[in-house]
Formats: sequence, C-alpha cells, structure tokens
Amino acid sequence: MRDYLTFLFRVWRLSWQGSGRFYAWMSFLTALSLLGLHAWARQYVDGLQTTGMTNQVSWGAYIANFTFLVGVAAAAVMLVIPAYVYKKEHMHEVVLFGELLAIAVIVMCLLFVTVDLGHPDRFHHMIPPFGVFNFPGSILSWDVIVLNGYLLLNLHIAGYLLYCRYRRRRPTRRFYIPFVFLSILWAVSIHTVTAFLYVGLAGRTYWHHPLVPSRFLASAFVAGPALMVLSFQVIRRVARYHIGDLPIQTLRMIMTVAMIINMFLLLCELFTEFYYPTEHAAAAHYLYFGLHGHSGLVPWIWSAVGLNLLGLGLLVTPASRRIAWLNVACVSCFVGIWIEKGMGLIIPGFVPSPLGQVVEYLPTLNETLVCLGIWAFGALMYSWMLHVAIPIMNGSLRSTPLISDEPPTH
Amino acid sequence: MNHGPENDVSPKTIEEVYRPLDRRTFLKGAAASMVGVAGLMAALRPLLELETSGISLDELLQRHYRELGPEEMKRILAALAARAEKEYGVKPELRDSRPLEGVEFGYALNLTRCVGCRRCAHACLKENNQSREDAADIEMSYIRVLEMNKGAINLETSTPYYDADSVPRKDKYYMPVQCHQCRQSPCTKVCPVQATWQEKDGIVVVDYNWCIGCRYCMAACPYDARRFNYKKPALPREAINPVQSYLSNRIRPKGVVEKCTFCLHRTREGKYPACLEVCPTGARVFGNLLDPESEINYILNNKRVYILKEEVGTLPRFYYFFDK
Repeated sequence: MRDYLTFLFRVWRLSWQGSGRFYAWMSFLTALSLLGLHAWARQYVDGLQTTGMTNQVSWGAYIANFTFLVGVAAAAVMLVIPAYVYKKEHMHEVVLFGELLAIAVIVMCLLFVTVDLGHPDRFHHMIPPFGVFNFPGSILSWDVIVLNGYLLLNLHIAGYLLYCRYRRRRPTRRFYIPFVFLSILWAVSIHTVTAFLYVGLAGRTYWHHPLVPSRFLASAFVAGPALMVLSFQVIRRVARYHIGDLPIQTLRMIMTVAMIINMFLLLCELFTEFYYPTEHAAAAHYLYFGLHGHSGLVPWIWSAVGLNLLGLGLLVTPASRRIAWLNVACVSCFVGIWIEKGMGLIIPGFVPSPLGQVVEYLPTLNETLVCLGIWAFGALMYSWMLHVAIPIMNGSLRSTPLISDEPPTH
Repeated sequence: MNHGPENDVSPKTIEEVYRPLDRRTFLKGAAASMVGVAGLMAALRPLLELETSGISLDELLQRHYRELGPEEMKRILAALAARAEKEYGVKPELRDSRPLEGVEFGYALNLTRCVGCRRCAHACLKENNQSREDAADIEMSYIRVLEMNKGAINLETSTPYYDADSVPRKDKYYMPVQCHQCRQSPCTKVCPVQATWQEKDGIVVVDYNWCIGCRYCMAACPYDARRFNYKKPALPREAINPVQSYLSNRIRPKGVVEKCTFCLHRTREGKYPACLEVCPTGARVFGNLLDPESEINYILNNKRVYILKEEVGTLPRFYYFFDK
C-alpha cells in the first residue's frame, strides 16, 4: 500500500517534469480546454439555446462526435487481438498505448454526452439507488453501462501492467489476461450498443437499418488505427521509446481490410437507397444531393466520400508502404470517417423530420468551442498518460532507483 | 508488455524524480498553479450569473414522481408555486391531477372539416404557459398544423409554414399533428431515467423535475410531438394561465422535454382540451374510449378512420377520420 502511494507520488512528480516543448504543448491544450469549459459554462447558464439545435434537429455536433469517438475507443481492440490472441510479439510493444488511448477517448465520449444534457445536475437520476435506471428497456442505459465498464477494464489492465513494470515484477496472468479477453468482447459491445441507440428507433427510417452496426465497426477499425499510426510516429520521435515499423504495418493491413468492408457496405447502402428510391430515401437524398433546396451537408459528405476514396486508394496500393503516404491515408480516412459517421449519420436522421419538414442544422460558435475543448482535453489526457507511462515502460522510472554514482545495470 | 533491449533506459536519466524539491522548482510550480487556477476561474465565470434559486437542495434530492407520498407532493407543489410567483409574479393554483378510474382518453380529428386556421396551435401555447415572445415561439406549440397537397396523404410534400390568414387554400387540405399518446410508445421505452411514462388513462406524461434533458425521446418519436426547452420560458404576468398541474402545464424549467398531455389539468376535471374548445369547425372529438356510449366510440365504429404511420406499430390513441 505504501509502495503504491509512493508510486502515485512519483507519477505526480514526473507529470511536472518535461522539456520546454512539453510545457508549451500542455499549456496550449490546457488553454483550449479552458476555452471549452468557458463555453460550456455559458451554455449551462443560458440553456441549450446557445447551440444550433432545434426541436426538429434535437441532436447535433455533440452526439455526432460522441458516436465517432466510441468507435475510436473500440478500435484499441485492434492492438489487443494481434497481441494477445495471435501472440504477435511486436504488437506487445504498443498494445498499452492503445489501451491508454481508449481511456482518453472514452472520457471524451462521456464528456460529449454530459455537455449534451439539458440538466447535467440531475445526472444521479441514472444511478440507483438515487435514481431510476431504465434497464434493460432503454438502450441509452445499456450504453452507460458498457462505456463505463470499458473505461474500468482499460484502467485496470493498463494500470496493473504499468505498476508491475514499475516494480520490475512479472504480471500475474490471472490478474489481467481474463480482463484482456473480456475487453475484446466489451470493445465490440460499446460500438454495437451505440449503433443500437439509433437502429432501435423505428420512427427514423434513416437509422432503422441493420447495416448500421456493421458499418460502425468497420469504419471504427479504420479511424482508430489511423489515429494510432499517427500517434506512434509522434511517440517514437519525441519520447525515449522505440516503436518499430512492424506494428505500424500490421495496423496498415487492418485498416485496409476494414476500409474495404466499410466502403462495400456503403455501396450496399447507396444502392438500396437510390436504385429504387422510396420515401425512406429522403434523408439520404438530403445528405448527398439536398432536399427541397436545402443542401447544407452536401459539400461535407462529398468531401468525406473523396477523402475515404483517397484513403482506400492509398491503402490498397503499395504506395502506403511508404510511411509518408501511409500518413496521408491515415489523415484522410480519419477526417473522412469523422464527417461521415458524425454529422453525416446524425443530422440526416432528423432531416427531413418525421413530419416531412426540412430544418437545417449548423453548430454555433459556442457549441464548436465546447467540442474543441473536449478534443483538447482528450489530447491533454493522452499526452499526460504517455508522459508518465513511457518512463515506466522504458525503465527509467522504477521502484528501486539507482544512485547516480553507481554504474547503471544496462 | 514486451520490450526489446533498445527500449530499456537506465533509471539514472530520471533520477530527479526522487530528488527533493528545490526552491526554484517550487516557485516555478507555484506560479504555474496560480496561472492555472486563474484560468479555471475565468473559464467558470458565467456560472456567477446563475440565479441563486437555480437549483435548490430539495429539488436536487427530490425522488421520482411515482415514489412521492401525498405529504411530500404537497410540499413540492408549494415550493414550485412559490418559485413561480417569485420568478413570474403570479401565484399559480398548482395541483397534482390524478387519472380518473374507468377512463382511457381518445382523440379523433375530422380531416374533412379542418380548415387549417391554426387556432388550436395558438390556444395550446396559451393554455400550456409557453413562451410567446416572438413569432418563432409557435415552434413550441404541441400542435403542428400541416398543409397537405390534395390527392395523397404525403407528409413529405406537406408544410407547417403557410399563411394561416388565407386558408383554406385551393388544392390543399390540413392535418394538425400532436402527441398520439401511443399504446406502444417509443418515447417512454427509450428514456434512460423513466422520466416519461404512460398514465392509467393513457396519457403520456413527463416529470419535469426528473428529466435529465438527453432528448432521446425526441429522437424516438415518429410524430415529432415532443419539444425541448432550449431557453427559459419568457412569459409576462398577464400571459400566465394560473390553473396548473404538476404533470402538465406548469411553467417548465429550461433544459427539459415537454409534450401534449391532452390538457390533463382540464380533462381529468371533466373539461375538454383547449384545442378542442377553440376549434371553429368542430373538427375535434375527444372522449372516453372505455365508455361505449361516448362520441369518440361512435366515430371509431361508424366513420372511415385513418391512423398516421400505422406501420410503425405505435397503436395511437389519436385518430383521423373523414366525413364523406
């Protein structure tokens, strides 16, 4: 116990030690987070009228970002499966980074849901015994369980492995392997349940569609690994931790397969909607071509289609074996999927409204600042976790330090 | 975790972690913390504008409507009335109207008669104490009157944004839509905190003191029947309807969902809904579905009845019918 407190204290001390560049980056992110907090405080006082949402379009950028990020968090499983199921040694170097990323991203998800609430002060109404939890009726209550469960699983796995590393102890398998396998199933469940949030609504034809969960998973397994590929390169450049090219190539392969499946499912969806357009195609029509003279999402979705096709083209050709082209593919897939799965999925669910009205939605500045703040806070958390985890992983922070005048063991 | 030898670093490199704090570092840290705290205070500044009566402890600890005892309810009603008086200058007669035994309400609307004057939508705003600051506030009305093209019942080509002074227009007919008080209600099913439910008389209600404002019910409703309080209702004294009920037309706080309750504060006292009373053409028929002699049952048994979006399987208690 005392050892553990010492450990926490050292991590705390370590958090404040870094280069000028590290301080500049963290201050920048803190400033953005505070800007977002300020915008949220304004929203809390004035109500959600500070957002662009209306009675017709009652969910907007917050829920769009939430949906996208649940996928990114679930994608940590794409490091866990090769490392633990297929025992790929090279993936063990990086699997922890995926778990840490999942922690940061799940916290972002929870924040995005919280800022969307009209009464965040009544959050305890969801928690028995203070509240009434509508389980298993409401899919939202399922989502609360799976998201928090996933957060706890990853906190446990990452925390346990890091502490063992710090103590220079071999991790006891039964303390973490069962949780690792549970987290694989759990990762799939968080994104499936999030998809069911929408699929379960029979009144919204654009969402009431069995392909949605499969497409969610496929696109998540592109966007998540894309972010990891980019972050691994930053890690190996700025931190004393070597990441070889092998994990990056494995992720490239995963992204390629997932992107092919994602685009195929998109094709199936487009065929169904447009070959013989019924009244149900109105939302897709609004998204891709505009409806009754309203076409707010058209430039966005076609940029997403362009970026996704570019990403797919680079991934399936040998071009992306070169790291520079792979980075281009990662950025274009990440942004493309963010548009398509965020705004491109949420907004057409509300346009046209169930009574056939077309009311367009555009996020306000205040709403955008809240979103920006949450993204910055997520980046801040991930940076901090890497900043303390890497010295533990490479052995420079351990329970028994060497005195400086003794020769180092390595 | 697995580590190649290239990933092992001597612990020396980070030995300052174990060193005690020196004065310089301490001062630097203190200065940085001050800047951080100042930034945090600045960020949270808008919270100072919160009214002191924003959230009372009682309200925060209040339990779900269906768990409240009569004494507790009395106390809550008194507190709510006092607060309304303080904020809006009128002390409401606030009650907790309960469902009547042997009653299940049904509503039918005659599409042959409706002329689209939109008086029902305005009466609804008034009756239910909704903002009437500007023209856009009509969006909060629980009733949307759609102008439809003759020749089909097609919502896609309908519009609620027509000029109500020039109705009825040629080649158009009108279809008011409000909460259908569904027997299989998707909205109550999805609510994560059961802040909305069906009462014994079939009315779907919202506990405004329990709703967390996630708006999942709005996404679930196939009739676009729910409204969200994006802002605090703005009501001058003289605009307030003082006859109020806890589950229906009391002045709502911002950040909660609300909806048509078939004016339960009236109908549970034996009166008709406000939208029915104001209708100049007598297009609206309201009554008890459990009473075989009621007018609503006569309509359902003898007229040509149409159910909006029957294919969604919501089994509404709101019907449309035609005269000829």
